[in-house]
Amino acid sequence: MSDANSRFEVVVVGAGPAGLAAAAAAAESGRRTLVLDATPWLGGQIWRGREAKGGSGSAKRWLARLQATDAVVARQTTVVAAPRPGVLLAESPEGPREIGWETLILTIGARELFLPFPGWTLPGVVGIGGLQVLVKGGWPLDGKRIVIAGSGPLLFAAGAEYRAAGADVVLIAEQTDLGKLARFGLSLPRLAPRKITQAAQYQASLLGVPYRPGCWAVSAQGADRLEGVTLRSSRRTWTERCDVLATGFGFLPNLELPRLFGCRTANGAAVVDDRQESSQAGIFIAGEPTGIGGEGRALVEGLIAGFSAAGRLERAGRLEKKRRRAMAFSRAMDRAFALREEVRNLASPETLICRCEDVARRDLEKFGDWRAAKLHTRCGMGPCQGRICGGAVEKLYGWDAASNRPPVFPVQIGTLRDPEPGSRGASK
Amino acid sequence: MAEIVSLTINGRPVRVPSGTVVAAALALAGESRFRRSVAGHPRGPLCGMGVCFECSVTIDGRPHCRSCQTLCAEGMEVRTDE
Amino acid sequence: MYGCDVAVVGAGIVGAACASECARAGLSVIVFDRGPVGGGTTAAAMGHVVVMDDSEAQFALTSYSRRLWRDLAAELPAEVHYEACGTLWVAADEEEMAEARRKEEFCRVRGLRAEILDEAALREAEPNLRPGLRGGLLIPDDAVLYPPSAAMFFLGRAPQNKIEFRAGSEVRALNPDGGVILGDGTRISAGLTVNAAGCGSPDLTAGLPVKKRKGHLVVTHRYPGHIRHQIVELGYLKSAHSVSSDSVAFNVQPRANGQMLIGSSRQYGAEHPGVEFGILRRMLERAAMYLPDLGRLVAIRSWAGFRPATPDKLPFIGPSAGNQKIWLATGHEGLGITSSLATGRLLADMVLNRPSEIPVAPYSPARSLLEGKAHG
Ligand SMILES: Cc1cc2nc3c(=O)[nH]c(=O)nc-3n(C[C@H](O)[C@H](O)[C@H](O)COP(=O)(O)OP(=O)(O)OC[C@H]3O[C@@H](n4cnc5c(N)ncnc54)[C@H](O)[C@@H]3O)c2cc1C
Ligand SMILES: Cc1cc2nc3c(=O)[nH]c(=O)nc-3n(C[C@H](O)[C@H](O)[C@H](O)COP(=O)(O)OP(=O)(O)OC[C@H]3O[C@@H](n4cnc5c(N)ncnc54)[C@H](O)[C@@H]3O)c2cc1C
Ligand code: FES
Repeated sequence: MSDANSRFEVVVVGAGPAGLAAAAAAAESGRRTLVLDATPWLGGQIWRGREAKGGSGSAKRWLARLQATDAVVARQTTVVAAPRPGVLLAESPEGPREIGWETLILTIGARELFLPFPGWTLPGVVGIGGLQVLVKGGWPLDGKRIVIAGSGPLLFAAGAEYRAAGADVVLIAEQTDLGKLARFGLSLPRLAPRKITQAAQYQASLLGVPYRPGCWAVSAQGADRLEGVTLRSSRRTWTERCDVLATGFGFLPNLELPRLFGCRTANGAAVVDDRQESSQAGIFIAGEPTGIGGEGRALVEGLIAGFSAAGRLERAGRLEKKRRRAMAFSRAMDRAFALREEVRNLASPETLICRCEDVARRDLEKFGDWRAAKLHTRCGMGPCQGRICGGAVEKLYGWDAASNRPPVFPVQIGTLRDPEPGSRGASK
Repeated sequence: MAEIVSLTINGRPVRVPSGTVVAAALALAGESRFRRSVAGHPRGPLCGMGVCFECSVTIDGRPHCRSCQTLCAEGMEVRTDE
Repeated sequence: MYGCDVAVVGAGIVGAACASECARAGLSVIVFDRGPVGGGTTAAAMGHVVVMDDSEAQFALTSYSRRLWRDLAAELPAEVHYEACGTLWVAADEEEMAEARRKEEFCRVRGLRAEILDEAALREAEPNLRPGLRGGLLIPDDAVLYPPSAAMFFLGRAPQNKIEFRAGSEVRALNPDGGVILGDGTRISAGLTVNAAGCGSPDLTAGLPVKKRKGHLVVTHRYPGHIRHQIVELGYLKSAHSVSSDSVAFNVQPRANGQMLIGSSRQYGAEHPGVEFGILRRMLERAAMYLPDLGRLVAIRSWAGFRPATPDKLPFIGPSAGNQKIWLATGHEGLGITSSLATGRLLADMVLNRPSEIPVAPYSPARSLLEGKAHG
């Protein structure tokens, strides 16, 4: 297994902005580098699909920067376990792969936070980011009536993108209040000057779409699919007819893999030092898993991780100021979009919390913690392994739904079983 | 221009541009129920990124495939019978 | 302060069964556990209710307990997922087929249903097994269930004014005069105390020869009908018997919801609670030898647990050798789910001086193994 395709000095898991930056930095520094991603795409949630279309702006720049290096790229390669120290087990279309690493960089991104409300399981209720990703994969929105209800700066970008795809965006409902939003807006010029131009662009493309702060969805209606959504603001409650409800309340770091390696986490994020190194020596973490901060933070953290992994601490150190600014922006965002009590608590007793096992809130209420609830209701035992309901119960009850058992993703038994995995599947 | 990929969805032929994910092909074909939950409720994609498993369908006879993470391929057979 | 008649340490399936039987007989009971109901080894188990015949005593306990399960079946709530799917013992070769016949005879003589399957009948019973297996033995009355919910059901089944459950209560020591001392120093007195702490029982009763025997399991996505019985290789006996080395055996279970549990492994001396890949792989390799399509099915998760094992593979049920106020209900190794009901019943019989349906002597903690040291 000393195959050239199965041992690398630096292995980067996840090829979003953070992973592309990390792999580029490590490879530019002369390290034999592999970057792999579970999807067929490079660019993560934000840039997926851009590669084929030639890319634009920063997507194009970063993809080109990586391509100029000797870094090896493996697509459709999902890391599922760590069978031995220094070895990853991954599933790929060619079969299982064991990949040896000396330094590991985890840039595995985040997922959306969903807060259950009556009707949220109907087909037609989709994640805000989730729908953006689906649109990048060809999901049709032409002529569809869409309500966006949730929280965070993504609502603007999403609205603009859905509209560009032909959707009729009826309304954007932001749960946070105008006051908080205004304070956030005022702090933008200092924290992230580029975001101002971005925001202006979105605003222009969303001309005529009402943007309502202090407003949220309380329930979705429909028989076999979504037909309408009931919204509430401080002044009124009303119903909008729609084909799609895009919902989401910001992002949750993906921590299954860091936890599998025993990396320390605190307050729902991986703990890293100034060089992006985790509590486990030789394992670096960058981008969303260390705290939600968007593309800008992901890129700078990725670079720092890549340079640090290659031992170029001085080079990494020069990015410190940028990193601090990105983190300040994250904190401002957290304050501005803090969840209001009402939206945490929209689920009725009958509302399903666990969508894999159909566990209703009523059934969870009897238990005092996640483990007891899980053991006795099967909440979180389905294929998503608590990735969706875990965030919900944390917001509902303050339960810690952490998990660290392999496989990190559901995987073919053959992948776990094969002791002599193939080593094909890596391509440039 | 984009190439065209032909596949079948619940036995019906469907043509989509290459680069389309299976979930999008299902939507293009007018399907809204991708699977039934353990209690029999209709479900469709939620996360779009491969973590919720609500978009699971049977692809070429293999059940439990995430349609949002799978690209359409020539001759692929997709069923929404979970 | 007089707390109760019986203090039970451990709300695993064994402690829950003991507490339930005592409370149903009118005694006041408090159950202590550092975690939730059924959160210890009970949460890691497969939930196979199976008659085993390593020894007459093991057979007596497991067959008695299986009968109690069957009597209770109609009362079990849906979440216990009890299904009398039967056990299919698979014989790969002539040697194992001879063992199948011996087992069949053993059961028949003792009045239990058992049926020999030839190669064709085996294929018909389980079409996904690989061709070329020699045959098998069907034990139709064995069952499967979901153990944590069964433990919960036991506690709920007792009269609620007689039973109290204290979750999150670490027991630091057993009071030699009856009762327990909690982690925070609180003393709660009791007429007698039952140490049903599973793998934690030797921490409370010094010298108790209960050792951890680690086991791994894998759970799959839903594949209804892929298998129909709990299927176990007869070679399993070779593995379960080896007391020294690590071993794996083919042992798969269909869950009521279409999922499958894949086992099994046995390790001594493994202290690390996490999943070990080497043994997991051997276990899956073994399973795929019998179910060739297994490799294409999706695994959702794996985990490991510790069986509380005794040197002679029989549990300790009854008053401890050194102290009549401290009782034991522990050491059930890989059969605690099966024998929980019988354990609870026998323990209550002894506490109340009722006659028991089967002899209790073989499970007495006073048997020579105790090195004479076991006391509170
Ligand atoms: C669903 C979704 C949609 C989003 N859409 C937008 C958008 O349109 N515009 C925008 O500005 N921001 C969007 N965001 C936010 C955006 O992801 C962040 O701002 C930022 O780009 C994150 O970069 P990252 O590199 O940290 O993570 P990501 O871009 O999320 O990249 C992580 C990568 O790791 C891979 N991965 C994860 N686990 C494994 C594993 N075990 N094995 C192999 N690979 C793995 C994933 O496939 C993914 O490609 C979205 C976020 C989500 C969750
Ligand atoms: C992989 C595997 C598969 C198995 N499959 C089967 C099967 O198919 N069929 C079968 O019959 N058996 C099976 N078993 C065996 C079965 O799980 C055990 O025999 C049974 O669960 C033991 O139950 P228990 O109540 O004695 O122990 P536990 O369930 O461990 O309960 C003991 C309880 O005591 C508590 N505790 C311990 N110390 C203290 C303390 N100091 N203070 C407070 N609380 C304390 C613990 O928290 C725990 O909840 C399997 C076991 C394993 C590991
Ligand atoms: S939509 Fe969530 S996994 Fe595909």
